[in-house]
Amino acid sequence: MNVIVCVKQIPDPALPGALDGATNTLKRDGKLILDDSDAYGVEMALQLVDAAGGGEVSIISMAPNGETAGMRTALAMGAAKGILVSDPALQGSDALTTAKVLAAAAQRLGGADLIIAATESSDGYTGTVPEQMAEVLGLPSVTFAKKVKIDGGVLKADRQTEEGYDEVECALPALISVTAGVVEPRYPSFKGIMAAKSKPVEEVTASDLGVTPAGWAGAGQKVMLVAQAEARQAGEIVEDDGESFGKIVAFLENLKVI
Amino acid sequence: MAINSVWVFAQVTNGAATTGTLELLTKARSLSPNVTAVLGGDASGVAAQLGEFGATKVYATGDLAGKLPGVAVAGAMKAIIDGGDKPDLILFPQNYEGRDVLARLSVKLNKSVLTNSIDVAVDGDSVNATTPIFGGNTLVTTTFTGEGPYLVAFRPKSFAAEASGGAPAAIAAASVPDLGATGGAKVTAVHVEESTGPKLDEANIVVSGGRGLGEADKYAMIEELAKLLKGAPGASRAIVDAGWVPYSYQVGQTGKVVKPSVYIAAGISGATQHMVGMKGAKNIIAINKDKEAPIFGIADLGIVGDVHKVLPKLIEALKGR
Repeated sequence: MNVIVCVKQIPDPALPGALDGATNTLKRDGKLILDDSDAYGVEMALQLVDAAGGGEVSIISMAPNGETAGMRTALAMGAAKGILVSDPALQGSDALTTAKVLAAAAQRLGGADLIIAATESSDGYTGTVPEQMAEVLGLPSVTFAKKVKIDGGVLKADRQTEEGYDEVECALPALISVTAGVVEPRYPSFKGIMAAKSKPVEEVTASDLGVTPAGWAGAGQKVMLVAQAEARQAGEIVEDDGESFGKIVAFLENLKVI
Repeated sequence: MAINSVWVFAQVTNGAATTGTLELLTKARSLSPNVTAVLGGDASGVAAQLGEFGATKVYATGDLAGKLPGVAVAGAMKAIIDGGDKPDLILFPQNYEGRDVLARLSVKLNKSVLTNSIDVAVDGDSVNATTPIFGGNTLVTTTFTGEGPYLVAFRPKSFAAEASGGAPAAIAAASVPDLGATGGAKVTAVHVEESTGPKLDEANIVVSGGRGLGEADKYAMIEELAKLLKGAPGASRAIVDAGWVPYSYQVGQTGKVVKPSVYIAAGISGATQHMVGMKGAKNIIAINKDKEAPIFGIADLGIVGDVHKVLPKLIEALKGR
């Protein structure tokens, strides 16, 4: 069983985000790391391939400046190879263009039995790319999967809903998006980290993939204005002296909620 | 361009339109007199309610027979548009089904999407959507370029739902075209997770716990406090990812958006991911060991202290009342 995982390399979420003053898009020029959300998909893929008893996990990513640091983390976890789409012409791409690019990258790998993505990235979080990719590729999809197994060539997943969850069965090939916590991602071993350095990552451009780079012009949307939201003011801050619970009780009483 | 026609992707649970649907209809009718709801399911029980909130017409697919709404409703929408009824703007709720329908349709129409928005306005010839980023401290206004339909998803509670007293929406059948391979997923069982007490996104009081609780067992304090206050328990993404509580408890950018009267954050530092989901609360109480924690920047009452010491005393005090 062959699985492709879409991974995103993002600025460290622990650092404050910033917008590029000229383009009003997220700054992504510093060091990029593997989006935490994607570690679950990589782990899921490795476990499914393992359970199937054969095949391999490939990763695909789109990032500026030939960045592969985050992809190496996925390779160190056990993925076999990757494709990185890196092309200045893709800067400013919207979710739809991103989905078309990733779909073309998946096709360059010859497709797969299953394509896995996170439900959304931690930096841009448009949250539509997996389902858009499925549509571009003409595949069925199960989004927000929180439990996944392959049983007799059929994908069986529990899909998060507003009220609980649905059990869903899906023919392969298919695409799924997985929620955080679907599996416990492994930490790359030292051996894995060393091996990852020599695993193949093919760097391609949009035109290599036959995708017309849309970039700024093709995004179908344009940022007009960036403004600061009205800030909430901090209120009273007290150090706990063992009796501060009384402050909370008084606060709640004052609001007449107790 | 002026907006002539607006669609709303409508959802129904337990025989009634969801609050999110009514919010979007209320907004839609402020933009255009021609508001159409599109529903994956049967509309006979909700046409009156949809009309009351502003829909003049509802396209309904009828029972989806286990098909996932993403592919099915997007396919039906595309068929209606190809048939000549083309809206200028389609509003979606930012939730599981809304995102799926939006994403599928965007590819079918080859149109860009905007998600996580909180407002939309028509300004002369342009349609502008407002989206908060960086935990809500920055607002970005984006305008659509080119021809519609423009596709936008809105965070819950972006608009107040207000009835207009309109007549029942006229029901029109929408057929789901042959989905081919894309229709390969089928729902085989539906599970509703029973929860006692008020729903997280509707509760007047929300008590949320985070990593500062230290271990999964300590979440019981959050549940007990929430129960005492007749509120709902919530959680930060950190402890949901850690598997302490189900995803349905998560408050934040990738979880629920809550706007209760009182929000109590216990052992939550206030990552932007979390703050975007709760900063709309009327009153915020934060308890955290680290006095530099960002949550204190938005708290009306901040207690710098150990949740393991403060919460038990608070619970005792409330029990004694």
